[in-house]
Amino acid sequence: MEKYAVYVPRLVKKRENFAPGHRACIGCGEALAVRLAFKALDNNVIVANATGCMEIVASQIPNSSWHLPWIHTLFENAAAVASGIEAAYKAMRRKGMDVPNNVKVVAIGGDGATSDIGLQAISGALERGHDFTYICFDNEAYMNTGIQRSSATPFGAVTTTSPAGKKSFGQFTWKKNMPEIAAAHNIPYVATACHSYPFDLMEKVKKAVNTPGPAYVHVLSVCPTGWRSATDTVIRLGRLAVETGIFPLYEVENGQYKMSIDLPKLKPIQSYLKGQGRFRHLSDDLIAQIQERVKLEYEKLLGKAKNGNKRTKRNR
Amino acid sequence: MTTRVGIEVSIAIADAVKLCNPDVVAAYPITPQTHIVEHLAELVADGELDAEYIPVESEHSAMSACLGSAASGARTFTATASQGLALMNEVVYVAAPMRLPIVMAVANRALSAPLSIWCDHSDMMSVRDTGWIQIIGENGQQLVDNIICAFRIAEDKRVLLPVMVHLDGFNLTHVIEPIAFPEQEEVDKFLKRTPYPLPLNPDKPVAMGEFAPPFIFTESKWAHEMAIVNSKKVIKEVWNEYNKKFGRQYTPVEKHHSDGAKVVLMTMGAVGETASVAVDEMVAEGQSVGQIRLRLWRPFPFEELRESVKDTDILIVLDRAISYGGPGGPVASEVKSAFYDQEKRPKIVSIVGGLGGRDITVAGFKDLINKGIKIARTGSKNEYEIYGVRE
Ligand SMILES: Cc1ncc(C[n+]2csc(CCOP(=O)(O)OP(=O)(O)O)c2C)c(N)n1
Ligand code: SF4
Ligand SMILES: [Mg+2]
Repeated sequence: MEKYAVYVPRLVKKRENFAPGHRACIGCGEALAVRLAFKALDNNVIVANATGCMEIVASQIPNSSWHLPWIHTLFENAAAVASGIEAAYKAMRRKGMDVPNNVKVVAIGGDGATSDIGLQAISGALERGHDFTYICFDNEAYMNTGIQRSSATPFGAVTTTSPAGKKSFGQFTWKKNMPEIAAAHNIPYVATACHSYPFDLMEKVKKAVNTPGPAYVHVLSVCPTGWRSATDTVIRLGRLAVETGIFPLYEVENGQYKMSIDLPKLKPIQSYLKGQGRFRHLSDDLIAQIQERVKLEYEKLLGKAKNGNKRTKRNR
Repeated sequence: MTTRVGIEVSIAIADAVKLCNPDVVAAYPITPQTHIVEHLAELVADGELDAEYIPVESEHSAMSACLGSAASGARTFTATASQGLALMNEVVYVAAPMRLPIVMAVANRALSAPLSIWCDHSDMMSVRDTGWIQIIGENGQQLVDNIICAFRIAEDKRVLLPVMVHLDGFNLTHVIEPIAFPEQEEVDKFLKRTPYPLPLNPDKPVAMGEFAPPFIFTESKWAHEMAIVNSKKVIKEVWNEYNKKFGRQYTPVEKHHSDGAKVVLMTMGAVGETASVAVDEMVAEGQSVGQIRLRLWRPFPFEELRESVKDTDILIVLDRAISYGGPGGPVASEVKSAFYDQEKRPKIVSIVGGLGGRDITVAGFKDLINKGIKIARTGSKNEYEIYGVRE
């Protein structure tokens, strides 16, 4: 993947589908990820957006950051709205009505919209086989409503509804593995990505959208406001999430797992945790627990990846 | 041109939908709506209806898919009932202010708890303030005709609002009736395609469903309100044109022996037919009794209602739903507000009955009317009466 870095800038379009002028916080990784994801695509895309930060910061009557046809209706139903759009275009084209060809449908939502309240609608849309892409922009909490925990909030993280206290160390559940849930639907394409690897992210989104049938992309998006991290560490934190094995980058193409990046050795997780206020309270004991779990999960994943075996050995 | 066939009303509704040539049907099954969506799935499977049938995983997603479909400019249909309507409630609220001309059949059924699969109007009343047009039919023919009219009304550029067509569960969904179907060509002429003004289309990007700060929210609500108030004119226009083409006239308030009658019973939905038998018998006995049937629940036909009972002394309103702890049945409280400011107004008696599928027979309706007359004359300490309840 790294080797593309030299060539890809020349291939990237100037056109922005998600324009500046929105009201995201300084250093918002989610806005960057959205921008990159849609920069990868042409203008033949219809976007169905779930309620959340990205909907609120980029839309307010009478303004919009979107240069694409865009619809927001509710928090938990973007995948279902997308199924309706996809079905409508399929029917109208078949019936010879005057609609453009080759329209792509992309639904987007935060981790709350995806792994909690909208999980059923997403599962339904993936299972029914609609030709669409769902992109989850995962900032690991309900940021739009004030940093409440979601099922994608990592173990130990403090949020406003998983506070640390005398009897609590913050979030006490392990992050729900949403990409695995998507993959369990046996859809043709699943991938994880992060804004800190922009070309990888763009390639994956392009691939997802051009794959016939349902595709799912899960994008880790650093949120300095919710993570209590410095706004100039957004890119570094995304890289560290990957380099520590906390958020591995991989693809699942027709059931085949493939690691996206060669990591001869995982960095210790402290390097990732220490820059973030949400983990500041963690004891050495808890950090060791997290480290153990990260290693286990990473090895499990490598075991599934056809290009993963040699690295599994190296990591041991 | 038209011959009548004996057919189950649910199947007839699906056939009427087919005549309207929708592009997308997204639905989730629930008794007593099931036969409608099953038959639509069958028509699509047999290639008789060229549409995408989306077998969604819930009613919430059914209506959400309908939003996406209608926003893309496709003709869109769904159907539900009771718990299904309650589950999709959040999405039902979104469809109207986004001006998406979806048509939905609602097979009226009581809301839990206790669980009941039988008819009343609690589901229909729960969506009263969602800003949809709500039409209710009394027999299969009315429903077939009104499904066709519903698409025409919804898609009219002056309206662009979703329409619910209500039919009473079991009392209508599961009965066989003689129904005349208009010819396909005639329906095609009546229901021409008018492209949705600003659909989701990459050739001309639009943003739909942006959030509204306080400086514009009130205006957006007012625009919606004006649209539904003004839709009444179009609804009547469409009904008149339908009559010209197909020979069956619909009006917001249908009168039956009500002109000049001193006592009038007001009904909504399938019970109207049983009630009319009772009214006929009482008229034959020489009593000054009539009936009005409400066809249009939203927009509420204030003028038509006032006009239809201008000579009436006692107006007995039957509701098939309760507004708990409130002013009486929801229809009755609307009727009362319609007359409060009028100089000449009938005494209005609110009676709730027929809940959760409880039948009211012909004899029952006579009894109910007599009770209403008595209450009107002697007064009652209750806001409303509940007919036939065992205390
Ligand atoms: C049915 C419903 N419940 C709750 C809310 C309130 N709400 C709006 S956005 C949001 C959180 C969004 O979190 P996420 O999906 O992770 O997106 P983010 O803002 O973090 O990007 C919540 C709880 C809502 N709009 N609708
Ligand atoms: S709260 Fe986080 S995700 Fe939301 S706009 Fe701010 S930085 Fe971005
Ligand atoms: Mg989030």
